[in-house]
Amino acid sequence: MSLITLHYDVPGDDFTRAGEASGNVKTHLKKLGFNPTVVRNVVIALYEAEINMVIHAGGGEIDVEIDPDQIRMVLTDHGPGIPDVELAMQEGYSTAPDNVRALGFGAGMGLPNIKKYTDDMQIETEIGVGTTMRLRVDVPA
Amino acid sequence: MTVKEFAQQQSLTVAVEGDLSREIGGGYCGDLLSWVMSRAESDDCWFTVMGNVNAVAVSVLADCACIVLCENAPLDDDAKLKAEQQGVNILLSEQNAYTLAAALSKAL
Ligand SMILES: Nc1ncnc2c1ncn2[C@@H]1O[C@H](COP(=O)(O)OP(=O)(O)O)[C@@H](O)[C@H]1O
Ligand SMILES: [Mg+2]
Repeated sequence: MSLITLHYDVPGDDFTRAGEASGNVKTHLKKLGFNPTVVRNVVIALYEAEINMVIHAGGGEIDVEIDPDQIRMVLTDHGPGIPDVELAMQEGYSTAPDNVRALGFGAGMGLPNIKKYTDDMQIETEIGVGTTMRLRVDVPA
Repeated sequence: MTVKEFAQQQSLTVAVEGDLSREIGGGYCGDLLSWVMSRAESDDCWFTVMGNVNAVAVSVLADCACIVLCENAPLDDDAKLKAEQQGVNILLSEQNAYTLAAALSKAL
């Protein structure tokens, strides 16, 4: 049994609400007393993944499991899928449209940041079906 | 130096008052949210021209001491509302990020 499990529905194309799930997870982690580095790593990775769902996939769902020794996050969407994951993982690669760039997104840093701030990152994606991202952040003993 | 002291020193307009007694630990300049998100540090004073709701979210997540909107960059209404709800300090200035960051650097 996990300490806490959390579930969020992330609406698509609603930039005003993007970041709510990450913010809520942050509040939980802080309350539970996780160290600031762990909180920061989780929040950076989750926010980037959450924003990607909103920008690129029309929203989706997030499940978070918080254990004393690790935090696991699963993000599921039914968007277009990622045709070339290796390419998408490159810093600076972005298909974000101009209106999204004007908001400060689309730097092509999201996936690289997620990789950098997590201990494990798995992407399952199928064109026309969607993308599932599994992330894990370990808590140092 | 607190957010309030910096605001007074540089004649910044307080657009949203969260906790102005918060200590500023450093500064960060940038408008690309992914960069700021992963590189700004807790207690940083964030200089930007991004006055939208996502900037407020990033400020909360990165735990910045305040947002300073430079060069009269506009603050969106929904961003102001969100900042009020979340207690995010937002200051306004007609000066650019370079000038303000240099002033902060001297003051810290
Ligand atoms: N959930 C997703 N569904 C579909 N495509 C995605 C998803 N997440 C990322 N991508 C693709 O991967 C690219 C790189 O993502 P990222 O590194 O976050 O950069 P950015 O979001 O700034 O474009 C995106 O531009 C997009 O083409
Ligand atoms: Mg992204």
